[in-house]
Amino acid sequence: MNLLIVENLSKSFRGLKAVSDASFTIPDGSINALIGPNGAGKTTIFNMVAGVFPPDIGKIRFMAKEIQGLRPDQVCAAGIGRTFQIVKPFAGLSVLDNVIVGSFLRSKNAADSRRYALEILEKLQLGPKRDLPASSLTLPDRKRLEVARALATRPRLLLLDEVMAGLRPTECDQMVEMFRDLNKTDGLTILLIEHVMRAVMALAQHIGVLHHGEVIARGTPEEIVRDPAVLECYLGEETEV
Amino acid sequence: MSFDLVANVVIAGVLTGLVYGLMALGLSVIFGVVRVVNFAHGEMMTIAMYASTVLFAALKLDPFLSILPVAAAFFAFGYAMQAGFINPFITRPEHSQFMLLVAVAIVMVNALLLIFGPAARNVQVDYQLESFEIGRILIDKARLYAAGAAVVAATGLFVFFKMTLVGKAIRACADNYMGARVVGLDVKKLYALTFGLGSICVAVAGCAMVLLVDVTPPLGPYYTLLAFVIVIVGGLGSMGGALLGGVLIGVSEALAGLFIAPSAKSMFSFGLLILVLLFRPQGLLGRKP
Amino acid sequence: MLLPWFAGSYALSVATLILYFAYTGQAWNVMMGFAGQLSLGHALYVGVGGYAAGALFFHYGIGPWAGLWLAILLCVALGLAIGFLAFRFGISGVYFALLTIAFAEFTRIGFDHLDWLGGPGGMFLKVAQRDSIDLLNFRGPPTMYYYAILALSIGAFVLCFFLLKSKAGYYWQAIRENEEAAQALGINTFRWKMLAVAISSAMTAVSGVFFAFYYNNLFPEQIFHISRSIEIILGPIIGGIGTLFGPILGAVVLTLLSDGITEGLAAMGWEIPGIKQVFYGLVLLAVIMFLPNGIWPPLARRLGFHK
Repeated sequence: MNLLIVENLSKSFRGLKAVSDASFTIPDGSINALIGPNGAGKTTIFNMVAGVFPPDIGKIRFMAKEIQGLRPDQVCAAGIGRTFQIVKPFAGLSVLDNVIVGSFLRSKNAADSRRYALEILEKLQLGPKRDLPASSLTLPDRKRLEVARALATRPRLLLLDEVMAGLRPTECDQMVEMFRDLNKTDGLTILLIEHVMRAVMALAQHIGVLHHGEVIARGTPEEIVRDPAVLECYLGEETEV
Repeated sequence: MSFDLVANVVIAGVLTGLVYGLMALGLSVIFGVVRVVNFAHGEMMTIAMYASTVLFAALKLDPFLSILPVAAAFFAFGYAMQAGFINPFITRPEHSQFMLLVAVAIVMVNALLLIFGPAARNVQVDYQLESFEIGRILIDKARLYAAGAAVVAATGLFVFFKMTLVGKAIRACADNYMGARVVGLDVKKLYALTFGLGSICVAVAGCAMVLLVDVTPPLGPYYTLLAFVIVIVGGLGSMGGALLGGVLIGVSEALAGLFIAPSAKSMFSFGLLILVLLFRPQGLLGRKP
Repeated sequence: MLLPWFAGSYALSVATLILYFAYTGQAWNVMMGFAGQLSLGHALYVGVGGYAAGALFFHYGIGPWAGLWLAILLCVALGLAIGFLAFRFGISGVYFALLTIAFAEFTRIGFDHLDWLGGPGGMFLKVAQRDSIDLLNFRGPPTMYYYAILALSIGAFVLCFFLLKSKAGYYWQAIRENEEAAQALGINTFRWKMLAVAISSAMTAVSGVFFAFYYNNLFPEQIFHISRSIEIILGPIIGGIGTLFGPILGAVVLTLLSDGITEGLAAMGWEIPGIKQVFYGLVLLAVIMFLPNGIWPPLARRLGFHK
């Protein structure tokens, strides 16, 4: 089943076309990546799916329901969670409270929320830090917290916005492990924007490549790596010396 | 209601408005660059007015002459305030900065009350009672001179920002704090300088205003709010906007006083503020916030 | 609780004042401390609430218990209107604060011209005999008022306690900390901000009604004045925004110390207008500079409370 279907998305900002006729599908239970050079339009597509702003043209279908133009909170209620490129923890609250905020969306009461939040924290290995103020966490832990919070809303699809940025290779590998587990054991579908190729290659089952707002290639990691269009956009044209 | 009366009132409003505009210009510069809500702005203006009355009483110094010492003192005070008090607060949450200046304002207003008492004070110079006659229009000399001082000061500030290196540096800070720091500008010092300049505006406006209005401590909060109304109506970050807003408020207050009731004139200003905040927060000439 | 037994009438009035500010501060705290919306025009609700109940009593002899409902209704409507305008138009932070000031000032001047409500000369409620307790008209000895405001303060404290632990409390704090992140977690921030405003204004309306029937006179110049708004927020800011004990602690500290200073100066023969406010300003300044989160958080840590 296709969980997310993006059809002919276009978006312009003050006359500059950021995204042009982009289409792709995300099958249920898969891990997908959107890659491309800076300014290619990845974050714009992301923000349209997440409800930050509506597309000029095009449709976004999530679980057979049209969601383009919905507000961010409505998108979350529909079952899509997201993290932010620059993490946005609730600094004045504890780690646990941060996640409780998320879990209130689907829980029946405060006790229920708390219980589920603790569960998530354990799963992401943040359990021991649950009473610490969120502002005191290291960057990798903040990223985990961001993921935990989004997971607490029990999403079917998780959008990750450059979640590996700023992490060291070992930290990156740990995150990759974590996402693989979530995907395997809970069937969580993931769509990530990423520049860190190490993570993309390790995680993604399908990759879409964006360039100047257009989708120029789609396929498995092996296919993408060999695709001449992709190579050209990242490395430039081949020249004879 | 004769045309003459309305015309006179409007002209008086324009002239007073220019002085308001200068005061608001100071706030616009401070708010626009340092991004600090100077809730003590009106109180500073009131202090300038009192300073002028003191100098007049002690040395028979005409307010226009007292502009120089008062402005110099205010520059130093503004600079010190920013450098000492406010700069450490830049990283604090908005409401903290706000409250800091509210506290300063409270201390100022009540210190004035303490020192000078609640009775009104003013200066009495000869030309206050004289006016120019242009046809059937009467223009108060004092008002004209005050507006003139305001325009001169505003022009001076404008030239400073457009022409001098320091002025451009300050504008750079306003546009892009991080960028300014990256290119090596000492932002904290420039902020302090800006506050000093804003304070000079207030000083000049105060010395001019004391010729037109009696000064009492409660003028402080009143002028603070008025300054904000003008800055927002005129447009944040626009120097022309501050003057234009000042004139607008001056005229509307004058007309409201004439047609409705003198005590209701500020109601119009606040109503205008509400409308502007809602429908055109960038004001008349400002950029979108 | 037992204060009236051994306190003189002066001490009782001070205690009543403290509790009044503690209660009203707590009401304001819901909007600011919990939901992060800085209102500097809260005197608006005290005034409208007070005048609503006061007018009913003055013109129609209707007791405060009915007047209370009108007061709450009006204030909630007003709060929601301001909130709607502000939130729909994306006004926040400093601009929101200025908007609240503008509304309060606008109303102040407006009421000055409403002769039906007494105009600038004020509205005076009949002060009936104070010896017997007339609960229906909320008249009685000072002790009665003390207990009333005590009950209100305790009620407010309990209400806020439960609010803080509930979904509302969590959602408000999330909005306060980072509205964008809150939205991404499914929170309809507009609706929840409106709720905070509604509760805050409703609580403050009650404060106004109390004010009207305790002091028995209402002047637009005073009750809507920005200094009243600032007085309301001094307690929570000094005590600790967003905490439960903050408003109470702040109210106690401010009232006791300021009264202490006034008394001390009077004893020395100095009765100077304005000295109390200078003092207020200096204390506020000191707290803001050195204790940015208020007195309560560091105190709580000393006393061994964990959040």
